[in-house]
Amino acid sequence: MEKRELTCIGCPLGCLITAAMEGGTVVEITGYTCQRGRDYAAKEVTNPTRIVTSTVRVEGGACPVVSVRTKADIPKEKIFACMKEINALVAAAPVKPGDILLEDTAGTGVAVIATKAVAKRPHSE
Amino acid sequence: MRAYDIVIVGGGPAGLAAAVAAKKAGAGDILILERDREMGGILNQCIHNGFGLHTFQEELTGPEYAGRFLAMARQLGIPCEIDTMVLEIGSDKVVTAMNHKKGMFRIRAGAVILAMGCRERARGALQIPGYRPAGIFSAGTAQRLVNMEGYMPGREVVILGSGDIGLIMARRMTLEGAKVKVVAERLPYCGGLQRNVVQCLEDYGIPLKLCHTVVDIRGRERLEGVTLARVDESGRPIPGTEEDYACDTLLLSVGLIPENELSRSMGVEMDRITAGPVVNESLETNIPGVFACGNVLHVHDLVDYVSEEAARAGENAARFVRGLLPECEGAVSVVAGRGVRYCVPGRIDITRMAERLPVRFRVDRIYKEALLTVRCDGKLVLHKRKKMIKPGEMEEILLPREKCLAQSGLRSIVIAVEEG
Repeated sequence: MEKRELTCIGCPLGCLITAAMEGGTVVEITGYTCQRGRDYAAKEVTNPTRIVTSTVRVEGGACPVVSVRTKADIPKEKIFACMKEINALVAAAPVKPGDILLEDTAGTGVAVIATKAVAKRPHSE
Repeated sequence: MRAYDIVIVGGGPAGLAAAVAAKKAGAGDILILERDREMGGILNQCIHNGFGLHTFQEELTGPEYAGRFLAMARQLGIPCEIDTMVLEIGSDKVVTAMNHKKGMFRIRAGAVILAMGCRERARGALQIPGYRPAGIFSAGTAQRLVNMEGYMPGREVVILGSGDIGLIMARRMTLEGAKVKVVAERLPYCGGLQRNVVQCLEDYGIPLKLCHTVVDIRGRERLEGVTLARVDESGRPIPGTEEDYACDTLLLSVGLIPENELSRSMGVEMDRITAGPVVNESLETNIPGVFACGNVLHVHDLVDYVSEEAARAGENAARFVRGLLPECEGAVSVVAGRGVRYCVPGRIDITRMAERLPVRFRVDRIYKEALLTVRCDGKLVLHKRKKMIKPGEMEEILLPREKCLAQSGLRSIVIAVEEG
């Protein structure tokens, strides 16, 4: 039986969780405090995912970039493919929080959305 | 002179949460003064997720978290002046500020809430030898450049200090195509949250070298490389352990300092350890009607705790201006005992304290299987077992009022780590 130790990232408690694995499936999980921790550990040892956050260039905006994130978590191994697509994006001002800037990132079916408002650049500038 | 019930200095998470809570608690005219070009403070550059799990039971990014509070402030019609620098606050609560529209102006405040946040410790505080080339940034400066100005400060990066911003920037620079070679920490433990070690370093295979520091900086015009060395228990570099790293960028994540120039010059009593004001149970400083909250009071790890603390400061400021906050009668000191570096609040007027008063503190090193105790004049009133406590993660106990009242003539409350 293989034992994997991990630190829960669900909240600041950072519980030390141990997952006992047998042939790629989870046999036992110990050390968690809440259901979220248990779920995290089960997922982390079989299908780890992350929310990716970054910025996208804005044309004609009051700020040069707008902060973005994947609407949901995506598989960990897709992070760099997702970043490549995010870096190729250009948004047109104004941008509102929640605006979809990319429908489906890296074939995950997950959208990239803005997390901040960027107004149009005032003409006087 | 225009008068306001409450003037809040700083429009970051603390200032916004204080304003919203003060308004809901019946304060009249409130004004927030913010020096940056937009409200939201440091959250605007913290584009990563992980904010709001306590406050909103969901995981938000920094701008989204700030957006929630901004929306509440707007809905309550709380005015904010951006691009406005507060120059001075008198002990009579006259606030002198300036901006491009109004020039210099003075306003009178019934109560003041200090919510100026903190700033980063800079290279000058570290005594690192070597040249002063371009390419050395505080982690927060780099964060602002990348996340708000859309500018990458470098390609090959070494990070000194394992504070949360340093860890977050290790990931951010990696995602943007830079090579982060190492994070060095002088202390034997990480300064940031464990989840950031996992998600920002381990995910990307970035090594964290504990007990290491930078002992040399090379490059005249632009940074060319740094030398790391192991340090002994007293923090002195050990000869023969030097390792060279070629890099064009050095990020410093070596501590945050509450920004209290305004507080000091108005005569607010300061705490030597937190570098923030000494406050009582109502988060009120030694000047009646002047409150402090958030990172200007003591550096927090989580914005959720800032919002909660600031809301209490806002409610108390509202009670103060409405004449509902009884005058402070003799205070009991809250003392940092064995293993505890500081406690906030530092004193308590028991007659004014809430039924369950949050007292926040940090320990001085990592303790395992620790027993946290609270003693009122020596008598144990509360204890809590913790599997692990770390200096990098703020601790909290809820102090029960009835236990404090039960001890007649109470003089001091001591919080300590008694085992571990």
